[in-house]
Amino acid sequence: MLRLPWFDYRAPRSVAEAAKILAGEGPRAMLIAGGTDLLPNMKRRHQSPQVLVSLRQIEELRKLNGVFGSGLTLNQISDSPNTPTALRQAAVQVATPHLRNMGTLGGNLCLDTRCTYYNQTYEWRKAIDFCLKKDGETCWVATASKRCVAVSSTDTAPALIALDAAVTLVSTSGEREVKVEDLYKNDGIDYLSRRPDEILTEVRVPAGWKSTYWKLRRRGSFDFPILGVAAALRFSGEIVEEARIALGAAASRPFLVEKAGEFLKGKRLGDEVIAQAAELVANRAKPMDNTDMDLYWRKAVADDLAGYALRELRGDDLRETRLRIARQAL
Amino acid sequence: MKKKLDVVGKARRRVDGRAKVTGALRFADDLSMPRMLHAKLLRSPHPHAVVEQVKTEKAAKHPGVHLVLTGKDFPIPFGIMPVSVDEYPLARERVRYVGDPVAAVIARDEQTALAAAELIEVSYRVLPPVGSPQEGLQRPEPRIHDYGEQGNIHRNQAYEFGDVAEALGNSDLVFEDLYFYEGNTHLPMEQQASLAFLDQDGKLQISSSTQNPHYLHRQLARVLQVPEARIRVLATPNGGAFGGKCDPGGHEFVVGKAALLLGRPVKIGLTREEVFYVHRGRHPVLMKMRTGVTKDGMLTGMHLQTLLDGGGYGSHGPASTFYTGVLTPVTYHYPRFKFEACRVFTNKPACGPKRGHGTPQPRFGQEVQLDRIAEQLGIDPAELRLKNLMKANSLTASWLRVGSIGLEECIRKVTGMSGWKERRGKLGRGRGLGLACSTYMCGAGVAIYWNKMPHSGVQVLLDRSGSVIVYCGATEIGQGSDDVLAAVVAETLGVGTDVVRVVSGDTGITPVDLGSYSSRVTIMAGNAAVQAAERLRASLAGAVSETLGTLPDRVVFSQGKVYAAEDPSRAMSFVEAVAIAEAALGTLSAVGSYSPPKPPGKYKGSGVGPSPAYSFTACVVETQVDERTGWIHVPRIWIAHDIGRALNPTLARGQVVGGVYMGLGEALMEEQAFRRLPERLSGALVHRGPSMLDYKSLTSLDMPEVEVALIEDPDPNCPYGAKEVGQGPLLPVMPALANAIYDAVGVRIDEIPITPDKVLRALDSKEKRVGPQTFPAVPYPQPVFVLPPWEGGDGKEVKRDAAPAVV
Repeated sequence: MLRLPWFDYRAPRSVAEAAKILAGEGPRAMLIAGGTDLLPNMKRRHQSPQVLVSLRQIEELRKLNGVFGSGLTLNQISDSPNTPTALRQAAVQVATPHLRNMGTLGGNLCLDTRCTYYNQTYEWRKAIDFCLKKDGETCWVATASKRCVAVSSTDTAPALIALDAAVTLVSTSGEREVKVEDLYKNDGIDYLSRRPDEILTEVRVPAGWKSTYWKLRRRGSFDFPILGVAAALRFSGEIVEEARIALGAAASRPFLVEKAGEFLKGKRLGDEVIAQAAELVANRAKPMDNTDMDLYWRKAVADDLAGYALRELRGDDLRETRLRIARQAL
Repeated sequence: MKKKLDVVGKARRRVDGRAKVTGALRFADDLSMPRMLHAKLLRSPHPHAVVEQVKTEKAAKHPGVHLVLTGKDFPIPFGIMPVSVDEYPLARERVRYVGDPVAAVIARDEQTALAAAELIEVSYRVLPPVGSPQEGLQRPEPRIHDYGEQGNIHRNQAYEFGDVAEALGNSDLVFEDLYFYEGNTHLPMEQQASLAFLDQDGKLQISSSTQNPHYLHRQLARVLQVPEARIRVLATPNGGAFGGKCDPGGHEFVVGKAALLLGRPVKIGLTREEVFYVHRGRHPVLMKMRTGVTKDGMLTGMHLQTLLDGGGYGSHGPASTFYTGVLTPVTYHYPRFKFEACRVFTNKPACGPKRGHGTPQPRFGQEVQLDRIAEQLGIDPAELRLKNLMKANSLTASWLRVGSIGLEECIRKVTGMSGWKERRGKLGRGRGLGLACSTYMCGAGVAIYWNKMPHSGVQVLLDRSGSVIVYCGATEIGQGSDDVLAAVVAETLGVGTDVVRVVSGDTGITPVDLGSYSSRVTIMAGNAAVQAAERLRASLAGAVSETLGTLPDRVVFSQGKVYAAEDPSRAMSFVEAVAIAEAALGTLSAVGSYSPPKPPGKYKGSGVGPSPAYSFTACVVETQVDERTGWIHVPRIWIAHDIGRALNPTLARGQVVGGVYMGLGEALMEEQAFRRLPERLSGALVHRGPSMLDYKSLTSLDMPEVEVALIEDPDPNCPYGAKEVGQGPLLPVMPALANAIYDAVGVRIDEIPITPDKVLRALDSKEKRVGPQTFPAVPYPQPVFVLPPWEGGDGKEVKRDAAPAVV
């Protein structure tokens, strides 16, 4: 089997203690929660931290009263009755049931960016002389690119961006709140605005949104998104008061499509309006050939997926479409 | 004495079911021994290179390392087929794909072996890689191997049964189509593992996840230069194999050699990535199919050309090449048939046998083309097939003898179950039904190496305890071979499977069986087991007939009782009968063996394709296709399989559903595909994603409802009439899906896998099709020309000019 490199393991019992260890160890250390992303990556030598600081013993990271603790597992998130629809639909479609029993909300938000040239074993990467993201110099997706274009593959982030959520980051120098859309940078290597000494402790989600998440992937389970469309609307009667549509797996970061939100404001969700908004969303999807499925196809169906999301929020019955795309009722 | 069947045909829990469910079953990687060492292989990062030097000093000195092996330690090559002995356990002068093993480290643990492997310095001189068969044809130099037909062509074959050009010329219509079937791999749950050690007598013993302990045994003796009698191979229960564990693997020789040199147990477990490199899976095949028909839908002949991407080694390739042609004319009657097949070496992991071995590819083309023919002629696709069905007990143009055929009933069954007549073409835009049929062999008629000995041997041992022990070299790879042997022996001796113990897959104690491949175990080992059990039953009957006051042939064995046919009250228990016989005759044991009938074809090459019996399958797939996105949804599949007789219906159904699962996975997503980096920047030619995440196969959520019908018409050549079910049911699924998609949205996807982007591209295209556009000029040889039986042939090759005029 693939073997882990050696590491020291620390298991603090409070956020303060964890922050102190992290500050003391510096770049030698990495945080680990469920380990479902980090441990396979360590086996493939993507990361080789000398110290792992586990968050699993920290009770305060499992809050579920008005906020979502970052240490809650994805299954706990999707099982909670207070979870907004888009977040629940995103959480329940991450990976597989077993991995959702281990994987956490914080872990999914901080998920390493992914690429077909990167998420391979050390030996495989050696055979292509490595790549820009790790140990090499060329980006094999876009050989002229100076920037790594690895794709953000978190499902929960676009859902939380649409829901206008914010996260709390804690370090020894204090605590700050950051909007989820500001947590990310469009750089496949340096993809988080979280500093290495900060711990993502909780997520705050404002109430009152009607929301949904549509995930595109080849199979009904296991696969990372090749496109994620999250939409959250506030209505006044049939008129859209406020709209937030976010895309995942379409760049190195998940992002808000402001134009679509502005366009929808004050409008009734007629077929024409939905088609135009979906087009605005699809225009922002610039997939690269670095994940599953044909790149042009992924681009071509982005407006369909955005259309499903908006029609569902309008109240159309999309259960059959959902069943075909997600291969499960959500 | 005939009796009602007690065991056969009854749904039972498989004999190893309990161990599997509780986790008690010990796979190769579960084995552990005191003082055991661990091996790791260093593999080539280059697709094609000369190995100039391997420096092992640093690795050998690494703490905890016991031995480092390289190609120098293995001067003798191996190869599953005598005509393709082209592989070394560790590469000597040449590496031929990314992942080709170059060196091995044996150390106190896996981690140490890994660390030491990184210290081995290999100097390579990189050669230009061949990425496809087309490229291999264009670029004969440098040759990947210095044997084969010419350049990079490994095998090149051509056969013609009757003048096909004439048949096509006289046809009302000739359909010419190109098809492509991408390669894919077996993806067994269990990764290969092997443990070798020296037993108390210094004999080499190796426990390995292999389908074919007998062939591995022979190859180990050859490569390690140890007499066969001093080697014992135990095939551990395989966690799935599907053909991927048929070839001996480099790792098996490495642990064997290391155990011999070190005198300590040595184990290796391959990583999932390594399993993708060992491969031996489905060949990518490009096909050109020309078929003639009359206006009323009678087939007149077919000319089939195939081009196989063989990968870096021979493996079963010579047989695979044949199989892209030989079974094509078994389902329908083709008065004339010609096939040309060419296998080209490329710098990728070697292709070989995977469930259906070489036949799913042409079957896909054939069944899709029949759908097209039916449409053009305005005949229902089911009707067209029924019109052209092969007749039972007849010969094909290529001289294959086909015995029982349940295909007509299979077609009638699936069309009935699916509501074909009422629903096809009437489900509305975006929804469709597709039908396809297939056949498969019940065991290859000829062994992999030429010999006149039986293909399977079974020994059955009885004693006064009433227990029955069945010894057979067949291998339990999850398909239920132990259960089959237990069932036929229990039925023959009139006991339950609960008193039968099967000892299988152990060359040290079981009679030779060629292995679990080509769907041969039920028929060949099954017939051998029945013969052994019948001999024992005759001994018992002779010993107890006097006590029962009847004649030996009037003694009935049923449900643990032995009694006189004319008066069932004159009875004793099976245990009592055994005791009487043991007292009268001494220790009770009998052997049985099986050799398949001689094939009727007499031409060179006629050994590939004959089988004692053929199974048949028909399948209907329902699909829903979204025309905006090309998204494919498969809600339901109906499948009917002509199994002759289901020995254990529970297991038979499991095999059918498993075949559908694998077939649908191939149809929709599975691809053993490779990535070539821009040539000016890199020579890399790598597997696109050697992991279970990136290699896409269906999850349980993607699996449709499957309705299974088992068509039972016992075949006289098979034990209790049972034909194969392990491979056949996979075969019709892919073309049935393609035909369903056509019915739904009117596009032809003439290549596998069928993905949403291809459907969308076809919908947007003028010709409403996605598939190969060209077939390269392949230098096929002059065909071996044989006259079909109905044209006065005798099964031998004839000079074309000398062929008598058609009567």
